[in-house]
Amino acid sequence: MFDNFPLWPDRASTAAGNVDALFIFLLIVSGLMTALIFTAVVYFAARYRRQRGVLAEQIEGSTPLELTWSIIPLFVFMAIFAWGAVVYFKSRTPPRDSTEVYVVAKQWMWKLEHAEGQREINELHVPVGRDVKLIMTSQDVIHSFYVPAFRMKQDVLPGRYTVAWFRAIKPGTYHLFCTQYCGTQHSGMIGSIIVQEPAQYEAWMSGGTTGPLSATGEKIFAELGCVTCHRTDSQGRGPNLQGVFGKPVQLEDGRSVMADENYIRECILDPGAKRVKGFQPIMPTFQGLVSEEQVNALVAYVKSLAPSGTAAGATKTAAVAVPQEEPAQPPGSQVQ
Amino acid sequence: MSMSMATATVQPAGQTIERENYLNKHYGVGSWLFTTDHKRIALLYLLSITFFFFIGGFFALLIRLELLTPAGDLVQADTYNKLFTMHGQVMVFFFLIPSIPAVLGNFLVPMMIGAKDLAFPRINLLSWYLYIIGGAMMLHCMLTGGVDTGWTFYVPFSTAFSNTKVIEAGLAIFVAGFSSILTGLNFIVTIHRMRAPGMTWSRLPLFIWAHYATSIIQILGTPVIAITLVLVVAERALHLGIFDPKLGGDPLLFQHLFWFYSHPAVYIMILPSMGVVTEIIACFSRKRIFGYGFVAISSISIAVFGFLVWAHHMFVAGISVYAALVFSILSYAVAVPSAVKVFNWTATLYKGSIRYDAPMLYAFGFLGLFTIGGLTGLFLACLGIDMHVHDTYFVIAHFHYIMVGGALMGYLGGMHFWWPKISGKLYPEGWARLAALIVFIGFNLTFFPQFILGYLGMPRRYYQYPPEFQVLNVLSTAGATVLGIGYLLPMIYFLWSMRYGKPAPDNPWNAAGLEWKTPSPPTTFNFEEEPVVTWEAYNYEELDAPHKEEVPVAR
Repeated sequence: MFDNFPLWPDRASTAAGNVDALFIFLLIVSGLMTALIFTAVVYFAARYRRQRGVLAEQIEGSTPLELTWSIIPLFVFMAIFAWGAVVYFKSRTPPRDSTEVYVVAKQWMWKLEHAEGQREINELHVPVGRDVKLIMTSQDVIHSFYVPAFRMKQDVLPGRYTVAWFRAIKPGTYHLFCTQYCGTQHSGMIGSIIVQEPAQYEAWMSGGTTGPLSATGEKIFAELGCVTCHRTDSQGRGPNLQGVFGKPVQLEDGRSVMADENYIRECILDPGAKRVKGFQPIMPTFQGLVSEEQVNALVAYVKSLAPSGTAAGATKTAAVAVPQEEPAQPPGSQVQ
Repeated sequence: MSMSMATATVQPAGQTIERENYLNKHYGVGSWLFTTDHKRIALLYLLSITFFFFIGGFFALLIRLELLTPAGDLVQADTYNKLFTMHGQVMVFFFLIPSIPAVLGNFLVPMMIGAKDLAFPRINLLSWYLYIIGGAMMLHCMLTGGVDTGWTFYVPFSTAFSNTKVIEAGLAIFVAGFSSILTGLNFIVTIHRMRAPGMTWSRLPLFIWAHYATSIIQILGTPVIAITLVLVVAERALHLGIFDPKLGGDPLLFQHLFWFYSHPAVYIMILPSMGVVTEIIACFSRKRIFGYGFVAISSISIAVFGFLVWAHHMFVAGISVYAALVFSILSYAVAVPSAVKVFNWTATLYKGSIRYDAPMLYAFGFLGLFTIGGLTGLFLACLGIDMHVHDTYFVIAHFHYIMVGGALMGYLGGMHFWWPKISGKLYPEGWARLAALIVFIGFNLTFFPQFILGYLGMPRRYYQYPPEFQVLNVLSTAGATVLGIGYLLPMIYFLWSMRYGKPAPDNPWNAAGLEWKTPSPPTTFNFEEEPVVTWEAYNYEELDAPHKEEVPVAR
């Protein structure tokens, strides 16, 4: 029971150090506040214990003191807030050129698919020193993707994508926990993140694969007949998807949205919701007809389509085609 | 109540002529079930919430026993999920929320402001019946299979995936919610309309200010959870697409609605406790409260700001980064009035004349635990930290420090402080001090290790866990055992005192406050004649003034 009894979690990602530094700062600040209050209470309680013939001295209060102990904590709180916001903002903003991994959660397992096509269950192999972006959705209830060693957590919701990212810095095997209660085997929904040196990782990657996810997507795109309307010229009954990803799209109702993963996903499953300006509402919904994995593949395919004019990008890795998200549409903003 | 009736009946006729009071004025079950006396209704609540406290405590015990070992070995996974769900639901909705307002508040609010009763005595009784109906529905739900959604009812698990009695539990809480709304309504009207002549707002005890703030939350917040639960029931029973994305709904909408009530609900639990502690600290320091106005206003600002911070429960749920920033900064804003209270209590001790009777020991315990609970709240409101500790044992430890360390400590302190008034009997002081100490030690042993567990990354609601978390879990379970003993003790000696305790004087602590000017126990209408107030709250200077002829009993 006492072997392997840690008091501090592993620090295995670039975010972990930031979170720990902030945590230690907070421990110091709150430790000082606790010490101040406890010392005062204990000292007063002992010094002013009841003694025969000594009466309490009545004090009405003191506005300067009240202001002091309102304003000083407020400034301290604002400092904590600002530091916390910076750490959070960094952790919510995937860097450009991240390697992408699609995550599908279900009761009670994690299904992971690399953009390069490798599939894993309850295990994720990643190399040291590379940014990995997770594009996550759930097949059933809400789950949460939590890697304590990375100080990283993001709920995984049905019906939309949520995004998280990390950069591992230390090889090893780390816990992947589900932290959003999801039913009977919630505590069994545990996986491992296996962080490897790049060479080992490349060796692992060269194992059997069906080809890049975007290529799978291209196949599905053809099989489902999407290609008959979404043509690569301007003659199709649906919008030309070349180079659409990551750009703003004008909608029929006058709004404009960013064509991110969630938008592509929504267009497949609920085509009428945000119809592109100038097109008829003729696309059928694919809700129930395609699995989450197929949707992921389709999204990966659409992302891989290079701007028209350059070579068709089905075989390119998705990572190349990912532009930096605009600040106005940060990846954390999943609420439609 | 049966004990108190027994007390009166065992006295041989003619031996001691007991003063007529609210306990012995009428006898029989009917005189209790149809009473409109706020004090009797308070006792009805006391019995009912104690019953639910022990049910919730029993669930907690089983949870801690299961977590003694990393493997899931004591109960089935589904059973464990039901245990933590029903522990939360029972403790939150059937114990903590009614605890201080419905028992001590019911008993004391009219007496503290010099009124005969609450403004709507029959609505007060109705609120108890609603609580009992809700409680009976909850019991029925538990006995016929229970519910496993977590007390938070998160969708779409609760509406589409759980195979348990979600509808029954939701409706039970729906009904109990109206009990809470009616209590809040009654307090607000009473405090506005029933104050004795001279009892101005600036002379009100801070207990009253705290209850006023609580009542605002009860009447504005509770309807939101009520309608949210109705929507859950509607989606589950009728497949209306509200929250489930498969039906076109939005699961985050549920979380917004749920926390819109359930975050302020924490203040329903803690504000009255702050009120209790304020009274106790003033009395046992023999001082007016330092900065009366600031303490009063801080209660109100907690109630108001408390409504603006709900989404800090959702920083990793998939809300936008910008929403998270706003809710984080507002959460720090609500921490300021809480800090102000702690500083004012501490300052009240300065140059006091402090006694360490049992209620004061509970108040000290409250100060310590609430400080730790409050400061760890700063960690959770911090976006960068919350990403890591959200939904881990860090959160469990934090909210138990607030809701058990804070709210329950205050409740026990208040029960000890006013027990002589409620029962007319004195409890054994030595046992009471011992219980306070045991609760404090047991509590810290139970919940402090959970902060470390949380930072290590142990998720909440885990039935089995990786072995490296075991040592801290064993400590926690050991602490829970000590804590359990600490809670049983007051139950035993309070019951004992009803029969064997020495009769309490009218004002055993020589405390300020109109409630102490009534007999112990009080008569049905509290005051022989309407009091006229010419002094401020906490006039301990006058009470202790040496020119008084008789030396105060509790000097």
